[in-house]
Amino acid sequence: MLQQAFNGLVGGAFYALLALGLAVIFGMLGVVNFAHGAFYMLGAFGSYVLLDSFGVNFWVALVVVPVVLGVAGTLLERLFIRRLSPLDPLYNFLFTFGLALVLQDLVKREYGVQSQPYPRPELLSGTVDLGLFTYPAYQVFVLALSLVVCVVVWLVLTRTRVGMIVRAATERPELTRSLGIDVGRWVTPVFGFGIALAGLAGVLAAPMRAVNPLMGADLIITVFAVVVIGGLGSIFGSVAAGFAIGLVSALGNLYVPALSQTLVFILMAVVLLWRPAGLFGREESPS
Amino acid sequence: MEGPVLRAQGLAKEFRGFRAVDGVDLDIAEGSVHALVGPNGAGKTTLFNLLTGFLKPSAGRILLGERDLTGRRPEQVARLGVARSFQITSLFPQMTPREHVELALAGATGLTWRFWRSHRLLDRFGDRAAELLDQVGLAAHAEIPAGNLAYGHKRALELALALALDPRVLLLDEPTAGMGVEDIDRTVELVRKVRAGRTVVMVEHNMSVVSSLADRVTVLQSGRVLVEGPYAEIRHDPRVISAYLGDPHAED
Repeated sequence: MLQQAFNGLVGGAFYALLALGLAVIFGMLGVVNFAHGAFYMLGAFGSYVLLDSFGVNFWVALVVVPVVLGVAGTLLERLFIRRLSPLDPLYNFLFTFGLALVLQDLVKREYGVQSQPYPRPELLSGTVDLGLFTYPAYQVFVLALSLVVCVVVWLVLTRTRVGMIVRAATERPELTRSLGIDVGRWVTPVFGFGIALAGLAGVLAAPMRAVNPLMGADLIITVFAVVVIGGLGSIFGSVAAGFAIGLVSALGNLYVPALSQTLVFILMAVVLLWRPAGLFGREESPS
Repeated sequence: MEGPVLRAQGLAKEFRGFRAVDGVDLDIAEGSVHALVGPNGAGKTTLFNLLTGFLKPSAGRILLGERDLTGRRPEQVARLGVARSFQITSLFPQMTPREHVELALAGATGLTWRFWRSHRLLDRFGDRAAELLDQVGLAAHAEIPAGNLAYGHKRALELALALALDPRVLLLDEPTAGMGVEDIDRTVELVRKVRAGRTVVMVEHNMSVVSSLADRVTVLQSGRVLVEGPYAEIRHDPRVISAYLGDPHAED
């Protein structure tokens, strides 16, 4: 059971990385980025292509792929999302949704739908003795790195001026602007950063999950549920809910396997009934 | 009182064929308290959003002194000296009043780019922040998350935020909305205190607040200026009475 809990946390690490990116993007831009899963998939494919065609190893991919995708994200924001944002929010929903389909199908056309193999990096191919059980070293690495990334993002958000501005702009963009703070200046880098996080999650997923064009679409639905449970736009909530959902679905898998696919959504419904704004969301009240 | 510090000329805003603000001319005298009143839907809040850059006018100009504010973004308008409060309480629930004011001070000074040493830099604002909180009567509540403050205190904090920008013109959107008598009295006192050295434009429904604070009153109706003048004059104007005040005897 402990081992299953650990599996859950590792799965939760992916939810957390993706939900964190979605939350900052949603908060800052008011855009629900339906293409987030596609960028996760591109992250995994990016590292696959780098290794398969260019012999570039995992460690280089771990740095290069998120950076490249992050830059692509900033261009996407500049060229398209920014132009659509004065219009009805539906335009950006449709745009990112369409983009996800296009990216998916482009990859499908090149590589087909079957899963591509990606070996674990040699350094992490063994197992680690965690006392109560042994565990694949790579999974331990994934969990540790995700935790480090989440903690670093948290520190940046809470301890630095730029973090203060991003948090402020995420929660109350209008008030922040009326205080003389140029929110627009931070929108592009934040969007790029969110995309880079999705790319990072994708690279991390490549050695332990099936690398195929639909891997993002499968995962992102759950991530949306995670974001809703954590509270839309709540940065802390999305990370906490990510790990929690990972844990709950892994344990659910163990005890009620029949419900493993739906458990997250049952949980979401319960949370929404109990706290409509999500666990860490802010209630919109008149005072 | 001197010449106008804030002027609107032929200001208009159209939403899909509906003219929410329809050719408004406004001269706000330097150092005055100027109230905007009018029935719901008269265009007061739209006018506020135009003056602070949250909406782009369909026509007309906005001038702050000699400077053209037309089409500038909200953060630019704020830094040029026009600060606003919001009609609906709008604060960061997890941040304390002191953090709010420090953020506002940081925004006002344009220091937002130098982010890594933020907390050391923020300490420079500590004294000024304490002063502002004291001014609005929040010194004792400086470390309570804003989400847990009493309603009157939240509104006072919003005022402190606007003041942190040290604005030439302070725009208050219904500063006493939803308040009980005690909080209203306190707010009136507060506005009296902070108006020194600046110009205040306020949207206000409460006529006793208008009468005790405002030097001039502009009455809006259907997006246009119906009448403008000192409170004592406009309150007897038959057009105003029929448009807004209703039965004249009900007010007295």
